[in-house]
Amino acid sequence: MNIVACVKRVPTTDAQAEIAADGTSLKTDGFQYMISFYDEIALEQAVQTKEASGGEVTVLTIGPASGSKEVRECLAKGGDKAIVLADDAWMQRDCRSTAKTLATKLQELGAELVFMGRVATDRDNAAVGPMTATYLGWACVTDVVEMTLEDGGGTAKRETEDGVETVRFSLPAIITCDKGLNEPRYAGLKGIMAAKKKPLEEAGAEDVPNQAVVTGVAPPPERKEGRIVGEGVEAIPALIDALRNEAQVL
Amino acid sequence: MSTIVVFVEHTEGSPRRGSLEAIGAARAAGADCVAVLSGPGADAVAATLGTNGAARAVVLAGRDAYSPDATAAACADVVKECGANGFLAASSACGRDLAPRVAAHLDCTLLTDCIELSAEGDGFAIKRPWLAGKCIAAVTTSGDVLCATTRLNVFQPAEGGGSAEVQTVTLGEGKAEVVSVDAKSSGALDVKEAPVVISGGRGLKEPEHFKLIEELAAAFGNAAVGASRAVVDAGWRPHSEQVGQTGKTVSPQLYVAIGISGAIQHLAGMRTSGTIVAINKDADAPIFKVADYGIVGDASEVVPALTEEIAKIKAQG
Ligand SMILES: Cc1cc2nc3c(=O)[nH]c(=O)nc-3n(C[C@H](O)[C@H](O)[C@H](O)COP(=O)(O)OP(=O)(O)OC[C@H]3O[C@@H](n4cnc5c(N)ncnc54)[C@H](O)[C@@H]3O)c2cc1C
Ligand SMILES: Nc1ncnc2c1ncn2[C@@H]1O[C@H](COP(=O)(O)O)[C@@H](O)[C@H]1O
Repeated sequence: MNIVACVKRVPTTDAQAEIAADGTSLKTDGFQYMISFYDEIALEQAVQTKEASGGEVTVLTIGPASGSKEVRECLAKGGDKAIVLADDAWMQRDCRSTAKTLATKLQELGAELVFMGRVATDRDNAAVGPMTATYLGWACVTDVVEMTLEDGGGTAKRETEDGVETVRFSLPAIITCDKGLNEPRYAGLKGIMAAKKKPLEEAGAEDVPNQAVVTGVAPPPERKEGRIVGEGVEAIPALIDALRNEAQVL
Repeated sequence: MSTIVVFVEHTEGSPRRGSLEAIGAARAAGADCVAVLSGPGADAVAATLGTNGAARAVVLAGRDAYSPDATAAACADVVKECGANGFLAASSACGRDLAPRVAAHLDCTLLTDCIELSAEGDGFAIKRPWLAGKCIAAVTTSGDVLCATTRLNVFQPAEGGGSAEVQTVTLGEGKAEVVSVDAKSSGALDVKEAPVVISGGRGLKEPEHFKLIEELAAAFGNAAVGASRAVVDAGWRPHSEQVGQTGKTVSPQLYVAIGISGAIQHLAGMRTSGTIVAINKDADAPIFKVADYGIVGDASEVVPALTEEIAKIKAQG
């Protein structure tokens, strides 16, 4: 099967958000980068699917031309080849721009089963998977925690507020992966060595102008100064009083 | 005049609170609201939506099983048919799954998990978190239709005395379909929806001690149980309960963090909660920096005593 894992390079989760001088973006000089948490799960699922049913895993990213280190790691973890659609402004793309660009490439690659993350932990869109599938006219199941493939399709489970939904889908399809679907592997020495010889292709990214216009970025609203109401069990009456009379949540 | 189409989820004969909040957001931004509903019982719910601020309701009929792609195509048709300049859904499991597809059908971008919506020019402006709430971006769009999802527990439902005109359209076939739902044990509230969240962390020491968290949640009656990643990774609690940057982002009226240190990834998921209470043995724990009220103490002593007090208060009504 022709399998693709779409991964995004994002700032590490311990990154601080410092607002740049233009007031509409973040300072990036302090950022360290990683493959988005859920995309590691997507990659793992792609590799496991290949291991179970054969085929090839292409790692696809829209990202900085210089950012091949993280993509190489994906190859060390079992991807067969990688394509970087180079765009230094990849983080500024809105979800529509990313989705349209990925859709064009996935079509061209003849992908049959595509794994993405539930959400990329930078802009928190949680939108690119189902948007891409819609542009392609494909099936899509989001937030998947369990899945099996059958002839021409499969079933996937996703968690909702009410419980666990089972969704039947046809192929080609995009699956967005949630925590719990699998345990991503670490890259072993053998994988790292092998990755050096795997093809990593760089191409220009299609320019799809953004519709989203960012007019400002601000720190989150300051929380008003809190206080320690006391120590141990003796503090409970003071807490109850505060919750009742100040916060009015009791 | 602006018109916003809102997808309305419903359960057991009532619209879901998150969907009513989305209607409220549309109304507060000065727009007329057209509700779209699907699934068994949609007709009856549609008929009541006038009192929640909808001017019209469209029921998508013809299929029993829910298909996200078929539903999205039909929603986009409704948006086009009524010339709407907005589409909203709640930032729920269903809304987050549906809205991106509707947006793509309209070839518009999507702004997810909005915490503010206002009229601006012929369209709208929104605010939404980046990096799980470490900063807030103000965004408008050059697309024809503003497509967005509204964060749960942020917007107020609308009051409206009118009645909604109900219309039915037929759904097409889908490429994916829900074949069954394994309902979770009745009464268990979802951490994203619940007005009160009681979360526990590694400070509870043993998985069995989560009973203390469950008992406190039960005493509140309207509370869900949440967890830090440390205890989810340790297998003490299911993934669905994890709060934080790689878990769920929650904004309950009251968030109680027990035995949670307050790592940046955890704070990202809960710092917009209404009131935050922290119970932690260590007076220097970072969680106290965002907490409105803190108790320095041992969870195994403080929590049972607090549960007893809350139960007493709730019993008095
Ligand atoms: C990529 C990435 C993503 C992450 N995403 C998330 C996320 O989504 N959510 C999340 O929560 N974390 C996340 N983390 C993990 C985060 O960095 C912390 O490790 C985690 O939140 C710590 O959990 P904790 O507070 O339960 O445990 P600890 O940090 O170990 O804190 C335990 C606390 O309990 C207190 N304590 C100890 N004994 C008692 C007692 N008897 N009574 C009361 N208090 C006591 C201690 O003083 C301490 O403050 C992520 C990390 C990474 C690297
Ligand atoms: N720049 C990108 N390159 C490749 N895949 C991406 C990119 N941006 C988003 N994705 C995929 O879409 C998923 C959801 O992203 P988002 O909708 O931005 O939260 C990610 O987890 C990736 O799998």
